[in-house]
Amino acid sequence: MKSKSKGKVISQKILAPGIYDLEIETTLASSAHAGQFVGVFTDDASLLLPRPISICGVSDDKKSIRLVYRVAGKGTDKFSRLKEGDEVSLLGVLGNGYDTEKIKQLSNGTPGVLLLGGGIGIPPMLELAKELKAAGVKVISVMGYRDDKTFLLDEFKKYSDTYVASEDGSVGTKGNVLDAVRENNIDFGCICACGPLPMLKAIKTFAGEKTAFISLEERMACGVGACLGCVVKTTAVDHHSHVNNARICTDGPVFEASEVDL
Amino acid sequence: MIKTEVEIAGIKFKNPVMEGSGTFGSGMEYSEFVDLNKLGAVVTKGVANVPWPGNPTPRVCEVYGGMLNAIGLQNPGIDVFMERDLPFLEKYDTKVIVNVCGKSVADYLEVCEKLTGDSRVDALEINVSCPNVKEGAIAFGTDKKALDDITRQIKAHTDKPVIMKLTPNVTDISEMAKVAEGAGADAISLINTITGMKIDIERRRFALANKTGGMSGPAIKPVAVRMVYQASHAVSIPVIGMGGIATGDDAIEFMMAGATAVSVGMMNFVNPYATLDVIKGIEEYMTRHGIEDINEIIGCV
Repeated sequence: MKSKSKGKVISQKILAPGIYDLEIETTLASSAHAGQFVGVFTDDASLLLPRPISICGVSDDKKSIRLVYRVAGKGTDKFSRLKEGDEVSLLGVLGNGYDTEKIKQLSNGTPGVLLLGGGIGIPPMLELAKELKAAGVKVISVMGYRDDKTFLLDEFKKYSDTYVASEDGSVGTKGNVLDAVRENNIDFGCICACGPLPMLKAIKTFAGEKTAFISLEERMACGVGACLGCVVKTTAVDHHSHVNNARICTDGPVFEASEVDL
Repeated sequence: MIKTEVEIAGIKFKNPVMEGSGTFGSGMEYSEFVDLNKLGAVVTKGVANVPWPGNPTPRVCEVYGGMLNAIGLQNPGIDVFMERDLPFLEKYDTKVIVNVCGKSVADYLEVCEKLTGDSRVDALEINVSCPNVKEGAIAFGTDKKALDDITRQIKAHTDKPVIMKLTPNVTDISEMAKVAEGAGADAISLINTITGMKIDIERRRFALANKTGGMSGPAIKPVAVRMVYQASHAVSIPVIGMGGIATGDDAIEFMMAGATAVSVGMMNFVNPYATLDVIKGIEEYMTRHGIEDINEIIGCV
Protein backbone atom coordinates (compact mmCIF):
# COMPACT_ATOMS: atom_id res chain seq x y z
CA MET A 1 0.00 0.00 0.00
CA LYS A 2 1.54 3.30 -1.09
CA SER A 3 1.18 6.43 0.99
CA LYS A 4 2.46 9.93 1.45
CA SER A 5 3.59 10.55 4.98
CA LYS A 6 6.05 12.47 7.07
CA GLY A 7 9.36 10.92 8.00
CA LYS A 8 11.81 12.16 10.60
CA VAL A 9 15.47 12.72 9.85
CA ILE A 10 17.70 10.57 12.04
CA SER A 11 20.99 11.75 10.60
CA GLN A 12 22.68 13.25 7.57
CA LYS A 13 26.34 12.92 6.59
CA ILE A 14 28.46 13.92 3.62
CA LEU A 15 30.14 10.88 2.04
CA ALA A 16 32.02 12.63 -0.77
CA PRO A 17 31.81 16.05 -2.43
CA GLY A 18 28.12 16.57 -3.28
CA ILE A 19 27.13 13.07 -2.08
CA TYR A 20 24.86 13.00 0.96
CA ASP A 21 23.74 10.14 3.19
CA LEU A 22 20.31 10.70 4.75
CA GLU A 23 18.72 8.33 7.26
CA ILE A 24 14.97 8.83 7.75
CA GLU A 25 12.63 7.17 10.20
CA THR A 26 9.49 6.31 8.23
CA THR A 27 6.67 3.79 8.25
CA LEU A 28 7.47 3.21 4.57
CA ALA A 29 10.55 1.26 5.65
CA SER A 30 8.42 -1.72 6.66
CA SER A 31 7.72 -2.64 3.04
CA ALA A 32 10.80 -1.20 1.30
CA HIS A 33 13.33 -3.33 -0.52
CA ALA A 34 16.23 -3.16 -2.93
CA GLY A 35 15.65 -1.35 -6.23
CA GLN A 36 12.62 0.58 -5.03
CA PHE A 37 12.56 4.32 -4.50
CA VAL A 38 10.70 7.04 -2.68
CA GLY A 39 9.47 10.46 -3.78
CA VAL A 40 10.97 13.11 -1.53
CA PHE A 41 9.27 16.50 -1.21
CA THR A 42 10.80 19.85 -0.39
CA ASP A 43 9.03 22.30 1.90
CA ASP A 44 9.24 24.95 -0.85
CA ALA A 45 5.93 25.54 -2.68
CA SER A 46 7.80 26.60 -5.81
CA LEU A 47 9.39 23.13 -6.05
CA LEU A 48 6.30 20.99 -5.96
CA LEU A 49 7.11 17.64 -7.49
CA PRO A 50 8.56 14.74 -5.52
CA ARG A 51 12.21 13.90 -6.29
CA PRO A 52 12.60 10.19 -6.99
CA ILE A 53 15.49 8.87 -4.89
CA SER A 54 16.55 5.23 -4.71
CA ILE A 55 16.69 3.33 -1.46
CA CYS A 56 20.29 2.67 -0.42
CA GLY A 57 19.40 0.83 2.74
CA VAL A 58 16.60 -0.39 4.96
CA SER A 59 17.40 -0.69 8.67
CA ASP A 60 17.33 -4.16 10.22
CA ASP A 61 14.37 -3.18 12.40
CA LYS A 62 12.53 -1.96 9.25
CA LYS A 63 11.92 1.44 10.82
CA SER A 64 14.16 3.65 8.72
CA ILE A 65 15.46 4.02 5.20
CA ARG A 66 18.72 5.40 3.98
CA LEU A 67 18.94 7.64 0.92
CA VAL A 68 22.31 8.40 -0.64
CA TYR A 69 21.94 11.09 -3.28
CA ARG A 70 23.89 13.66 -5.24
CA VAL A 71 23.02 17.33 -5.03
CA ALA A 72 22.00 18.04 -8.60
CA GLY A 73 19.60 20.97 -8.35
CA LYS A 74 17.46 23.12 -6.10
CA GLY A 75 15.46 20.22 -4.65
CA THR A 76 18.40 18.05 -3.65
CA ASP A 77 20.18 21.17 -2.39
CA LYS A 78 17.25 21.65 0.01
CA PHE A 79 17.51 18.03 1.12
CA SER A 80 21.21 18.48 1.85
CA ARG A 81 20.25 21.02 4.55
CA LEU A 82 18.01 18.59 6.45
CA LYS A 83 19.18 17.94 9.99
CA GLU A 84 18.44 15.45 12.74
CA GLY A 85 14.85 15.83 13.93
CA ASP A 86 13.60 17.63 10.78
CA GLU A 87 10.45 16.33 9.15
CA VAL A 88 10.39 15.40 5.47
CA SER A 89 7.44 14.26 3.37
CA LEU A 90 7.86 11.01 1.48
CA LEU A 91 5.78 9.24 -1.14
CA GLY A 92 6.33 5.52 -1.34
CA VAL A 93 7.30 2.87 -1.54
CA LEU A 94 7.55 3.23 -5.32
CA GLY A 95 8.67 0.94 -8.12
CA ASN A 96 9.02 -2.81 -8.52
CA GLY A 97 12.48 -3.34 -7.09
CA TYR A 98 14.77 -6.28 -7.76
CA ASP A 99 13.34 -9.79 -7.82
CA THR A 100 15.87 -11.42 -5.51
CA GLU A 101 14.41 -14.92 -5.98
CA LYS A 102 14.84 -14.73 -9.73
CA ILE A 103 18.32 -13.27 -9.36
CA LYS A 104 19.22 -16.10 -7.00
CA GLN A 105 18.20 -18.69 -9.59
CA LEU A 106 20.07 -16.90 -12.38
CA SER A 107 23.20 -16.33 -10.28
CA ASN A 108 23.79 -20.01 -10.86
CA GLY A 109 25.58 -20.82 -7.62
CA THR A 110 29.33 -20.47 -7.90
CA PRO A 111 29.74 -17.66 -10.44
CA GLY A 112 27.26 -15.51 -8.51
CA VAL A 113 25.63 -12.24 -9.36
CA LEU A 114 27.57 -9.28 -10.64
CA LEU A 115 26.42 -5.90 -9.32
CA LEU A 116 27.50 -2.93 -11.39
CA GLY A 117 27.02 0.61 -10.11
CA GLY A 118 28.09 3.83 -11.76
CA GLY A 119 28.18 7.19 -9.98
CA ILE A 120 24.91 7.95 -8.26
CA GLY A 121 23.69 4.54 -9.51
CA ILE A 122 25.89 2.99 -6.80
CA PRO A 123 23.67 3.53 -3.72
CA PRO A 124 20.74 1.25 -4.68
CA MET A 125 23.18 -1.61 -5.28
CA LEU A 126 24.18 -1.62 -1.61
CA GLU A 127 20.77 -2.71 -0.31
CA LEU A 128 20.65 -5.25 -3.13
CA ALA A 129 24.06 -6.65 -2.12
CA LYS A 130 22.83 -6.93 1.46
CA GLU A 131 19.56 -8.66 0.53
CA LEU A 132 21.26 -11.05 -1.89
CA LYS A 133 23.93 -12.02 0.61
CA ALA A 134 21.20 -12.66 3.18
CA ALA A 135 19.49 -14.90 0.62
CA GLY A 136 22.69 -16.92 0.28
CA VAL A 137 23.74 -15.61 -3.11
CA LYS A 138 27.38 -15.03 -4.00
CA VAL A 139 27.79 -11.34 -4.81
CA ILE A 140 30.52 -9.60 -6.78
CA SER A 141 30.37 -5.80 -6.81
CA VAL A 142 32.09 -3.54 -9.30
CA MET A 143 31.58 0.12 -8.60
CA GLY A 144 32.64 2.92 -10.91
CA TYR A 145 33.56 6.43 -9.78
CA ARG A 146 34.87 9.56 -11.50
CA ASP A 147 37.98 9.76 -9.33
CA ASP A 148 39.27 8.85 -5.88
CA LYS A 149 36.27 10.46 -4.15
CA THR A 150 34.67 7.07 -3.59
CA PHE A 151 31.74 6.33 -1.29
CA LEU A 152 30.07 3.24 0.26
CA LEU A 153 32.97 0.97 -0.77
CA ASP A 154 33.69 -0.35 2.72
CA GLU A 155 30.07 -1.33 3.07
CA PHE A 156 30.04 -3.23 -0.23
CA LYS A 157 32.99 -5.22 1.10
CA LYS A 158 30.78 -6.56 3.91
CA TYR A 159 28.46 -8.24 1.44
CA SER A 160 30.53 -8.94 -1.65
CA ASP A 161 33.84 -9.35 -3.43
CA THR A 162 34.37 -5.73 -4.36
CA TYR A 163 36.21 -4.17 -7.29
CA VAL A 164 36.57 -0.53 -8.25
CA ALA A 165 36.92 1.46 -11.44
CA SER A 166 37.61 5.16 -11.76
CA GLU A 167 37.52 7.31 -14.86
CA ASP A 168 40.82 8.98 -14.03
CA GLY A 169 42.50 5.77 -12.84
CA SER A 170 43.13 7.12 -9.33
CA VAL A 171 41.57 4.01 -7.75
CA GLY A 172 41.12 0.52 -9.15
CA THR A 173 40.91 -0.05 -12.86
CA LYS A 174 41.23 3.02 -15.06
CA GLY A 175 38.03 3.24 -17.05
CA ASN A 176 34.48 2.09 -16.44
CA VAL A 177 32.94 -0.84 -14.58
CA LEU A 178 33.11 -3.11 -17.63
CA ASP A 179 36.84 -2.38 -17.99
CA ALA A 180 37.20 -3.60 -14.39
CA VAL A 181 35.15 -6.73 -15.07
CA ARG A 182 37.37 -7.60 -18.04
CA GLU A 183 40.64 -6.74 -16.29
CA ASN A 184 39.76 -9.02 -13.36
CA ASN A 185 38.27 -11.81 -15.52
CA ILE A 186 35.12 -11.81 -13.42
CA ASP A 187 32.69 -14.63 -14.12
CA PHE A 188 29.00 -14.24 -13.29
CA GLY A 189 25.58 -15.86 -13.63
CA CYS A 190 23.66 -12.63 -14.14
CA ILE A 191 24.05 -8.87 -13.80
CA CYS A 192 22.23 -6.18 -11.84
CA ALA A 193 23.14 -2.63 -12.73
CA CYS A 194 22.31 1.00 -12.10
CA GLY A 195 24.06 4.00 -13.56
CA PRO A 196 24.09 6.48 -16.41
CA LEU A 197 22.41 5.52 -19.70
CA PRO A 198 25.62 4.97 -21.74
CA MET A 199 26.81 2.53 -19.06
CA LEU A 200 23.51 0.63 -19.12
CA LYS A 201 23.59 0.45 -22.92
CA ALA A 202 27.11 -1.00 -22.80
CA ILE A 203 26.05 -3.51 -20.12
CA LYS A 204 23.09 -4.63 -22.22
CA THR A 205 25.48 -5.49 -25.07
CA PHE A 206 28.10 -6.98 -22.74
CA ALA A 207 25.61 -9.30 -21.02
CA GLY A 208 24.96 -11.12 -24.30
CA GLU A 209 23.04 -14.31 -23.56
CA LYS A 210 23.08 -13.73 -19.81
CA THR A 211 20.35 -11.80 -18.05
CA ALA A 212 21.01 -8.24 -16.98
CA PHE A 213 18.57 -6.44 -14.71
CA ILE A 214 18.99 -2.71 -15.10
CA SER A 215 17.49 0.11 -13.09
CA LEU A 216 16.38 3.09 -15.15
CA GLU A 217 15.68 6.70 -14.33
CA GLU A 218 13.69 9.39 -16.08
CA ARG A 219 12.04 12.71 -15.26
CA MET A 220 8.97 11.82 -13.22
CA ALA A 221 5.88 13.63 -12.02
CA CYS A 222 3.35 11.45 -10.18
CA GLY A 223 5.65 8.49 -9.41
CA VAL A 224 2.66 6.13 -9.20
CA GLY A 225 1.95 5.28 -12.84
CA ALA A 226 -0.84 7.74 -13.55
CA CYS A 227 0.73 10.61 -15.52
CA LEU A 228 2.74 8.57 -18.05
CA GLY A 229 5.60 11.04 -17.82
CA CYS A 230 8.43 8.52 -17.34
CA VAL A 231 8.31 5.88 -20.00
CA VAL A 232 10.87 3.66 -21.71
CA LYS A 233 10.49 1.95 -25.05
CA THR A 234 9.92 -1.76 -24.66
CA THR A 235 10.47 -4.58 -27.12
CA ALA A 236 7.07 -6.13 -26.30
CA VAL A 237 3.70 -4.43 -26.02
CA ASP A 238 3.39 -2.87 -22.57
CA HIS A 239 0.46 -3.99 -20.44
CA HIS A 240 -0.79 -0.51 -19.56
CA SER A 241 -1.05 1.46 -22.81
CA HIS A 242 -0.35 -1.32 -25.32
CA VAL A 243 2.11 0.89 -27.21
CA ASN A 244 5.59 -0.46 -26.27
CA ASN A 245 6.07 2.27 -23.67
CA ALA A 246 6.39 0.98 -20.11
CA ARG A 247 6.16 3.23 -17.08
CA ILE A 248 9.52 3.40 -15.33
CA CYS A 249 7.96 4.41 -12.00
CA THR A 250 5.64 1.42 -11.70
CA ASP A 251 6.54 -1.22 -14.31
CA GLY A 252 10.19 -0.50 -13.38
CA PRO A 253 12.53 1.03 -12.47
CA VAL A 254 14.12 -2.43 -12.76
CA PHE A 255 13.79 -4.06 -16.17
CA GLU A 256 15.49 -6.97 -17.87
CA ALA A 257 17.80 -5.27 -20.34
CA SER A 258 16.42 -7.39 -23.18
CA GLU A 259 12.92 -5.99 -22.53
CA VAL A 260 13.83 -2.36 -23.13
CA ASP A 261 15.04 -0.36 -26.08
CA LEU A 262 17.60 2.07 -24.67
CA MET B 1 -26.69 19.42 7.14
CA ILE B 2 -24.78 20.91 4.25
CA LYS B 3 -25.62 20.05 0.66
CA THR B 4 -22.74 19.67 -1.75
CA GLU B 5 -24.61 18.08 -4.64
CA VAL B 6 -24.37 19.87 -7.99
CA GLU B 7 -26.01 19.15 -11.31
CA ILE B 8 -24.53 19.37 -14.79
CA ALA B 9 -26.49 18.39 -17.89
CA GLY B 10 -29.00 16.46 -15.81
CA ILE B 11 -26.30 14.46 -14.00
CA LYS B 12 -26.26 14.78 -10.25
CA PHE B 13 -22.77 14.78 -8.70
CA LYS B 14 -22.57 14.08 -4.97
CA ASN B 15 -20.05 16.90 -4.69
CA PRO B 16 -18.41 19.27 -7.14
CA VAL B 17 -14.94 17.69 -6.97
CA MET B 18 -13.43 15.71 -9.84
CA GLU B 19 -9.87 15.35 -11.06
CA GLY B 20 -8.37 16.73 -14.23
CA SER B 21 -8.07 14.39 -17.18
CA GLY B 22 -4.58 12.95 -17.55
CA THR B 23 -3.59 13.42 -13.92
CA PHE B 24 -5.43 10.39 -12.54
CA GLY B 25 -5.33 7.66 -15.21
CA SER B 26 -8.65 5.84 -14.94
CA GLY B 27 -8.46 6.03 -11.17
CA MET B 28 -6.68 2.71 -10.61
CA GLU B 29 -3.34 4.13 -9.53
CA TYR B 30 -4.85 6.65 -7.13
CA SER B 31 -7.39 4.20 -5.71
CA GLU B 32 -4.54 3.17 -3.39
CA PHE B 33 -4.75 6.64 -1.86
CA VAL B 34 -8.31 7.82 -2.48
CA ASP B 35 -11.67 6.12 -1.98
CA LEU B 36 -13.10 6.86 -5.44
CA ASN B 37 -16.62 6.59 -4.00
CA LYS B 38 -16.00 9.94 -2.32
CA LEU B 39 -15.42 11.83 -5.58
CA GLY B 40 -18.06 13.72 -7.52
CA ALA B 41 -16.72 12.08 -10.65
CA VAL B 42 -13.69 10.38 -12.11
CA VAL B 43 -12.55 12.03 -15.34
CA THR B 44 -10.43 9.59 -17.32
CA LYS B 45 -7.22 10.14 -19.21
CA GLY B 46 -7.89 11.00 -22.86
CA VAL B 47 -8.79 7.97 -24.93
CA ALA B 48 -8.54 7.77 -28.71
CA ASN B 49 -9.95 5.31 -31.24
CA VAL B 50 -6.62 3.45 -31.39
CA PRO B 51 -3.60 3.24 -29.02
CA TRP B 52 -1.34 6.31 -29.09
CA PRO B 53 2.34 5.99 -28.09
CA GLY B 54 2.73 9.61 -26.99
CA ASN B 55 5.84 11.78 -27.22
CA PRO B 56 9.55 11.04 -26.65
CA THR B 57 11.00 11.62 -23.15
CA PRO B 58 11.66 13.79 -21.21
CA ARG B 59 7.93 14.45 -21.10
CA VAL B 60 7.72 16.36 -17.83
CA CYS B 61 9.66 19.01 -15.98
CA GLU B 62 9.13 21.19 -12.97
CA VAL B 63 8.69 24.95 -13.22
CA TYR B 64 8.17 27.57 -10.53
CA GLY B 65 4.96 26.65 -8.72
CA GLY B 66 3.95 24.09 -11.31
CA MET B 67 5.11 21.82 -14.09
CA LEU B 68 5.20 21.39 -17.84
CA ASN B 69 4.07 18.21 -19.50
CA ALA B 70 4.20 16.97 -23.05
CA ILE B 71 2.97 13.42 -22.61
CA GLY B 72 1.31 13.50 -26.01
CA LEU B 73 -1.81 11.60 -24.93
CA GLN B 74 -0.32 8.12 -24.63
CA ASN B 75 -3.35 5.86 -24.26
CA PRO B 76 -4.37 2.27 -24.97
CA GLY B 77 -7.27 3.11 -27.28
CA ILE B 78 -10.99 2.75 -26.72
CA ASP B 79 -11.18 -1.06 -27.00
CA VAL B 80 -8.77 -1.79 -24.15
CA PHE B 81 -10.30 1.08 -22.21
CA MET B 82 -13.77 -0.45 -22.46
CA GLU B 83 -12.57 -3.93 -21.56
CA ARG B 84 -10.33 -2.97 -18.66
CA ASP B 85 -10.92 0.55 -17.35
CA LEU B 86 -14.71 0.80 -17.47
CA PRO B 87 -15.26 -2.47 -15.56
CA PHE B 88 -12.88 -1.12 -12.90
CA LEU B 89 -14.76 2.18 -12.63
CA GLU B 90 -18.15 0.48 -12.65
CA LYS B 91 -17.42 -0.88 -9.17
CA TYR B 92 -17.51 2.60 -7.68
CA ASP B 93 -20.41 4.82 -6.72
CA THR B 94 -19.16 7.85 -8.63
CA LYS B 95 -19.88 9.42 -11.99
CA VAL B 96 -17.62 8.55 -14.90
CA ILE B 97 -16.64 11.17 -17.44
CA VAL B 98 -14.62 9.81 -20.35
CA ASN B 99 -12.19 12.24 -21.92
CA VAL B 100 -12.05 11.72 -25.69
CA CYS B 101 -9.17 12.71 -27.98
CA GLY B 102 -8.48 12.30 -31.66
CA LYS B 103 -6.45 13.45 -34.64
CA SER B 104 -9.45 13.87 -36.89
CA VAL B 105 -13.18 14.40 -36.34
CA ALA B 106 -13.68 10.80 -37.47
CA ASP B 107 -11.38 9.57 -34.64
CA TYR B 108 -13.46 11.39 -32.04
CA LEU B 109 -16.71 10.13 -33.52
CA GLU B 110 -15.49 6.55 -33.49
CA VAL B 111 -14.81 6.75 -29.74
CA CYS B 112 -18.11 8.52 -29.05
CA GLU B 113 -20.07 5.96 -31.04
CA LYS B 114 -18.47 3.05 -29.20
CA LEU B 115 -19.53 4.57 -25.90
CA THR B 116 -23.08 5.29 -27.04
CA GLY B 117 -25.56 3.37 -24.96
CA ASP B 118 -22.87 2.25 -22.50
CA SER B 119 -24.44 2.78 -19.10
CA ARG B 120 -21.03 2.76 -17.41
CA VAL B 121 -20.33 6.21 -18.86
CA ASP B 122 -22.16 9.31 -17.61
CA ALA B 123 -20.70 12.00 -19.86
CA LEU B 124 -18.02 12.70 -22.43
CA GLU B 125 -15.41 15.39 -22.11
CA ILE B 126 -14.03 16.31 -25.51
CA ASN B 127 -10.34 17.22 -25.57
CA VAL B 128 -10.01 20.03 -28.08
CA SER B 129 -7.26 21.62 -26.06
CA CYS B 130 -4.18 19.40 -25.60
CA PRO B 131 -1.21 21.51 -26.74
CA ASN B 132 1.18 18.57 -27.12
CA VAL B 133 0.05 16.69 -30.21
CA LYS B 134 0.73 17.66 -33.80
CA GLU B 135 -2.70 16.82 -35.15
CA GLY B 136 -6.14 17.24 -33.64
CA ALA B 137 -6.86 18.31 -30.05
CA ILE B 138 -5.87 21.98 -29.72
CA ALA B 139 -6.28 22.52 -33.46
CA PHE B 140 -10.04 22.12 -32.91
CA GLY B 141 -10.10 24.32 -29.84
CA THR B 142 -8.37 27.41 -31.21
CA ASP B 143 -10.46 27.88 -34.36
CA LYS B 144 -14.09 28.92 -33.97
CA LYS B 145 -15.29 27.17 -37.10
CA ALA B 146 -13.48 23.93 -36.25
CA LEU B 147 -14.79 24.01 -32.68
CA ASP B 148 -18.34 24.61 -33.91
CA ASP B 149 -18.07 21.78 -36.42
CA ILE B 150 -16.62 19.13 -34.09
CA THR B 151 -19.05 20.00 -31.30
CA ARG B 152 -22.04 19.66 -33.64
CA GLN B 153 -20.82 16.38 -35.10
CA ILE B 154 -20.12 14.83 -31.69
CA LYS B 155 -23.53 15.94 -30.41
CA ALA B 156 -25.12 14.21 -33.39
CA HIS B 157 -23.23 10.96 -32.71
CA THR B 158 -23.73 10.42 -28.98
CA ASP B 159 -26.49 10.05 -26.43
CA LYS B 160 -24.20 11.28 -23.64
CA PRO B 161 -23.91 14.81 -22.33
CA VAL B 162 -20.98 16.53 -24.04
CA ILE B 163 -18.50 18.68 -22.15
CA MET B 164 -16.11 20.60 -24.38
CA LYS B 165 -12.74 21.08 -22.67
CA LEU B 166 -11.36 24.42 -23.75
CA THR B 167 -7.83 25.72 -24.06
CA PRO B 168 -6.58 28.95 -22.50
CA ASN B 169 -4.30 29.44 -25.52
CA VAL B 170 -6.80 31.66 -27.33
CA THR B 171 -7.33 35.39 -27.66
CA ASP B 172 -10.84 35.47 -26.22
CA ILE B 173 -12.11 32.57 -24.11
CA SER B 174 -15.65 34.03 -24.02
CA GLU B 175 -15.92 33.66 -27.79
CA MET B 176 -14.84 30.01 -27.69
CA ALA B 177 -17.26 29.29 -24.85
CA LYS B 178 -20.11 30.84 -26.86
CA VAL B 179 -19.19 28.77 -29.92
CA ALA B 180 -19.31 25.56 -27.88
CA GLU B 181 -22.64 26.51 -26.36
CA GLY B 182 -24.07 27.54 -29.74
CA ALA B 183 -23.04 24.19 -31.24
CA GLY B 184 -24.92 22.30 -28.56
CA ALA B 185 -22.35 21.54 -25.87
CA ASP B 186 -23.99 20.62 -22.57
CA ALA B 187 -21.14 22.06 -20.53
CA ILE B 188 -17.61 23.36 -20.87
CA SER B 189 -14.51 22.67 -18.81
CA LEU B 190 -11.47 24.88 -18.54
CA ILE B 191 -8.63 25.53 -18.44
CA ASN B 192 -6.46 22.95 -20.09
CA THR B 193 -2.73 23.68 -19.78
CA ILE B 194 -1.04 26.87 -20.92
CA THR B 195 1.65 26.30 -23.55
CA GLY B 196 5.06 26.91 -22.06
CA MET B 197 8.75 26.19 -22.49
CA LYS B 198 11.75 25.55 -20.27
CA ILE B 199 15.38 25.58 -21.28
CA ASP B 200 18.08 23.71 -19.38
CA ILE B 201 20.78 26.38 -19.43
CA GLU B 202 23.51 24.03 -18.18
CA ARG B 203 23.03 21.67 -21.11
CA ARG B 204 21.80 24.30 -23.61
CA ARG B 205 18.81 22.10 -24.35
CA PHE B 206 15.04 22.17 -24.12
CA ALA B 207 13.91 20.58 -20.88
CA LEU B 208 11.24 18.64 -22.80
CA ALA B 209 11.88 16.54 -25.88
CA ASN B 210 8.78 18.15 -27.39
CA LYS B 211 10.34 21.60 -26.77
CA THR B 212 7.00 23.02 -25.61
CA GLY B 213 4.68 21.63 -22.99
CA GLY B 214 1.48 22.45 -21.15
CA MET B 215 1.90 24.30 -17.89
CA SER B 216 -0.21 23.35 -14.90
CA GLY B 217 -0.13 23.82 -11.16
CA PRO B 218 -0.82 26.57 -8.62
CA ALA B 219 1.16 29.13 -10.65
CA ILE B 220 -1.56 29.17 -13.35
CA LYS B 221 -4.50 29.48 -10.95
CA PRO B 222 -5.16 33.23 -11.34
CA VAL B 223 -5.26 32.83 -15.13
CA ALA B 224 -7.71 29.95 -14.75
CA VAL B 225 -9.96 31.81 -12.31
CA ARG B 226 -10.10 34.78 -14.69
CA MET B 227 -10.99 32.57 -17.66
CA VAL B 228 -13.61 30.61 -15.72
CA TYR B 229 -15.16 33.93 -14.71
CA GLN B 230 -15.17 35.22 -18.30
CA ALA B 231 -16.45 31.99 -19.84
CA SER B 232 -19.16 31.37 -17.25
CA HIS B 233 -20.49 34.88 -17.70
CA ALA B 234 -20.57 34.49 -21.49
CA VAL B 235 -22.70 31.31 -21.54
CA SER B 236 -25.59 29.77 -19.67
CA ILE B 237 -24.34 26.16 -19.74
CA PRO B 238 -22.42 24.93 -16.67
CA VAL B 239 -18.67 25.35 -16.37
CA ILE B 240 -16.24 22.91 -14.77
CA GLY B 241 -13.29 24.95 -13.52
CA MET B 242 -9.70 23.83 -13.11
CA GLY B 243 -6.14 25.12 -13.03
CA GLY B 244 -3.91 24.77 -10.00
CA ILE B 245 -6.55 23.78 -7.47
CA ALA B 246 -4.91 22.49 -4.29
CA THR B 247 -7.33 23.26 -1.47
CA GLY B 248 -10.99 23.68 -0.65
CA ASP B 249 -10.47 27.43 -0.63
CA ASP B 250 -9.16 27.26 -4.21
CA ALA B 251 -12.25 25.30 -5.23
CA ILE B 252 -14.53 27.86 -3.57
CA GLU B 253 -12.72 30.62 -5.48
CA PHE B 254 -13.40 28.88 -8.82
CA MET B 255 -17.04 28.34 -7.88
CA MET B 256 -17.47 31.98 -6.92
CA ALA B 257 -15.99 32.85 -10.32
CA GLY B 258 -18.77 30.80 -11.88
CA ALA B 259 -17.79 27.14 -11.92
CA THR B 260 -20.45 24.57 -11.05
CA ALA B 261 -17.80 21.92 -10.41
CA VAL B 262 -14.02 21.80 -10.16
CA SER B 263 -11.17 19.48 -11.04
CA VAL B 264 -7.93 18.82 -9.21
CA GLY B 265 -5.09 18.29 -11.68
CA MET B 266 -1.36 18.54 -11.10
CA MET B 267 -1.79 18.73 -7.34
CA ASN B 268 -2.66 15.02 -7.30
CA PHE B 269 1.05 14.46 -8.00
CA VAL B 270 2.06 16.62 -5.07
CA ASN B 271 -0.58 15.38 -2.69
CA PRO B 272 -2.21 12.09 -3.70
CA TYR B 273 -5.00 12.85 -1.23
CA ALA B 274 -5.64 16.30 -2.79
CA THR B 275 -9.14 15.49 -4.09
CA LEU B 276 -10.27 14.38 -0.62
CA ASP B 277 -8.62 17.39 1.00
CA VAL B 278 -10.47 19.69 -1.42
CA ILE B 279 -13.83 18.05 -0.59
CA LYS B 280 -13.12 18.40 3.12
CA GLY B 281 -11.99 22.00 2.66
CA ILE B 282 -15.19 22.90 0.80
CA GLU B 283 -17.30 21.42 3.60
CA GLU B 284 -15.28 23.29 6.21
CA TYR B 285 -15.72 26.55 4.32
CA MET B 286 -19.48 25.97 4.10
CA THR B 287 -19.72 25.24 7.81
CA ARG B 288 -17.57 28.25 8.67
CA HIS B 289 -19.76 30.56 6.60
CA GLY B 290 -23.12 28.97 7.36
CA ILE B 291 -23.72 27.93 3.74
CA GLU B 292 -26.32 25.18 3.46
CA ASP B 293 -26.19 24.58 -0.28
CA ILE B 294 -22.99 24.85 -2.32
CA ASN B 295 -25.05 26.06 -5.27
CA GLU B 296 -25.55 29.34 -3.40
CA ILE B 297 -21.99 30.43 -4.04
CA ILE B 298 -21.73 29.58 -7.75
CA GLY B 299 -20.95 32.82 -9.57
CA CYS B 300 -21.70 34.90 -6.47
CA VAL B 301 -19.03 37.54 -7.07
